Amino acid sequence: MHFNLSEEQAMLQASTARFIDQQYPFEVRQNDVMLPEGFNQDTWAKFAELGWLSVPISEAGGGFGGNAADTMVLMEELGKGLVASPYIATVMLFGSLIDLGAPEALKQSLLEPLIAGQLQGAFAYQERQSRYNLADIKTAATRKGENYVLNGEKTLVMNGAAADQLVVAARTSGEQFDTTGISLFVIDANAPSIHKTPYRLMDGQRVANIRFDNLSVAASQLMGEEGNGYSLIKNVVNSTILALSAEALGIMNRLTETTQEYTKARKQFGAPISSFQVLQHRMVDMFMACEQTRSLLYRAVCSSETTDADRSLHALKYMIGRNGRMIGNEAIQLHGGMGITDELDVGHYVKRLMVINTLFGDADHHQQQLARISLPA
Amino acid sequence: MDISFSAEELEFRDQVRDFFKQAPVSEVTALIAQPDTYKEGTIRWQKHLFAQGWVAPTWPVEYGGAGWTPTQMHIFETERVAADAPDVLPFGLKMVGPVIYAYGNEQQKQRFLPRILAADDWWCQGYSEPGAGSDLASLKTRADLDGDHYVVNGSKTWTTGAHHADWIFCLVRTSNEGRPQQGISFLLIDMKSPGVTVRPIPTINGAHSLNEVFFDNVRVPAENRIGDENKGWTYAKSLLAHERTVIARVADSKRRLEKLRQHALKETEGGHVMAQDPIFRSRFSEIEAELMALEYTGLRVLAAQASGQGPGAESSLLKIKGTEVQQAIHELAIDLAGLYGGIINDSLTSGDIGHEFGDQARKDYMYGRAATIYGGSNEIQKNITAKHVLGL
Repeated sequence: MHFNLSEEQAMLQASTARFIDQQYPFEVRQNDVMLPEGFNQDTWAKFAELGWLSVPISEAGGGFGGNAADTMVLMEELGKGLVASPYIATVMLFGSLIDLGAPEALKQSLLEPLIAGQLQGAFAYQERQSRYNLADIKTAATRKGENYVLNGEKTLVMNGAAADQLVVAARTSGEQFDTTGISLFVIDANAPSIHKTPYRLMDGQRVANIRFDNLSVAASQLMGEEGNGYSLIKNVVNSTILALSAEALGIMNRLTETTQEYTKARKQFGAPISSFQVLQHRMVDMFMACEQTRSLLYRAVCSSETTDADRSLHALKYMIGRNGRMIGNEAIQLHGGMGITDELDVGHYVKRLMVINTLFGDADHHQQQLARISLPA
Repeated sequence: MDISFSAEELEFRDQVRDFFKQAPVSEVTALIAQPDTYKEGTIRWQKHLFAQGWVAPTWPVEYGGAGWTPTQMHIFETERVAADAPDVLPFGLKMVGPVIYAYGNEQQKQRFLPRILAADDWWCQGYSEPGAGSDLASLKTRADLDGDHYVVNGSKTWTTGAHHADWIFCLVRTSNEGRPQQGISFLLIDMKSPGVTVRPIPTINGAHSLNEVFFDNVRVPAENRIGDENKGWTYAKSLLAHERTVIARVADSKRRLEKLRQHALKETEGGHVMAQDPIFRSRFSEIEAELMALEYTGLRVLAAQASGQGPGAESSLLKIKGTEVQQAIHELAIDLAGLYGGIINDSLTSGDIGHEFGDQARKDYMYGRAATIYGGSNEIQKNITAKHVLGL
């Protein structure tokens, strides 16, 4: 038994860290998020060159065929560097959905340009009322002869403004909260009956509300069996939660480290404030939170194909939220007035952590899911 | 023990309620909410209170104060929060004004106090420096006497509203002898003086309120010094000890918690309102209990003040607990907003996207992180409590 990285994983980790160290200082990141799409196409092209866009895509799909551990390694480094990119939306969500569920005729034509960095994708699942319930879907795909007609609105679609192609979760049958009756469709994001309202989140990313107005969708755009989309959604969302958790861990580690650096340099009352016992204890609390979270991440990665998978994932996402908040708050507090400034990177790391907490269920949500497993009604 | 108000106090309360009913609260609040009209709105509101004679309730009557009792002050603040009416800018009315009337000479009182009351001068506070935060006494901005002027060199930071200000009250170093506290003077500086530069400091809530202020050979008339040279620290400390009514924050927190409760009756998941969510309920009632306790701690402090006693030992926890409760409410609010707490006010607000309070929840949360840092960080407050209250 070991928790070592494979040679390939170690190389991936080193090359990602090197890229960020040499080509992606904080100022570059800040410039990138101010671009209209919230990321830099040139940076994305470099990702493609480095092979990062292929990591979780299967070999059959033309990808690297990486597993959860491979993705974890990449994402943790991206988190440390607070890299602003549509990796989660285009690769983890859209890419994986296409890889695992698109009709064969579509797969290659989408995955090849995606891996080459020439296609942006998005997964439209969230609705105004759904909060963290993935099955809460009112967007309707009504059968009309050989086609479907799509009506409804998706909110907060990550990468929704820049996406060329969308995977949309719509209801073909059943009631609003049923897990059966949900279907997935591949849709050209620039079709005429699609209305996008773009806006930004506090971590700098561009999202969009997307409204479908009697959009005609061919049967050939349906992914898998009609009404059976939920299990693929859960599958891909679970992998994405792992990826987001790894990114969050990278952020938490960076915040913990930078707080130690700051308090060692900051002198008040004739001493570095890192010498004050109260602050030392709190920095130890931050350190312990990071290590516990890392352990849960490894647990979730190692158990992703076992019966412990759900429990581990809930515990992990819960921990990311709870510990993430504690570390974010402490990092700001221990930086004093500096922590409130927009110029310092700390606040921006914290904001990304806050957004990650709201993706696919926050700490409270996953705590309840965990309780439901261990303490069934 | 008796927590009821007297007949006069109840009558006063009705008077105050009536005042707020008649006041242009929503217009002023709308002006204050926009960066471009914030200054105009703030001044307008203060002038409205000034016209009523209520702009400086705790000032002595001889200086234009309303001469209220602490209980009346408490009633006023409670009603103000209930009416969603804004607070006044504290720097003139609650900080430098009391220092001027307590320690200034007649000339200074006549020159500055009326203009503070009438909102004709906008003040900011020049205390913190890049190297002097919690350790304020180590401040370095110098004021060297040259004839009948001081020449001021240095910089101040975290200066709220300096970009609007007409005047700044500064703690400056006039001596390097003895302990640092013994070489500090209290100086009033005209922001239009040559050599004064203001640089904005944008903050994590996406707003601009803080600034850095640079002094480059700024000549300040010596008559702008309050009291004696090198006694500035004593005057400043008296200001810090000046009972800041934290009771307003309790009222404010109560109001926010109630708004949160109402939002929780509307936010749903899976067809159930979040007010029925077990974890939300647990977090909400935890805050509620702490706030109920804090309310009475505030009343205990108030009762001691009202009967002429000094604040008791429990007053030391007002800032610590008050800010912790504020932050707990912000956290619960942004969690209740869920994904909608992440939307920033780009060109569209969370309201435009279809969510009522996410935007405000985020701004409150982000700037609310400062509450445990400013006004003496909570760590410093605990040190003070340990030393001066517990005698450790």
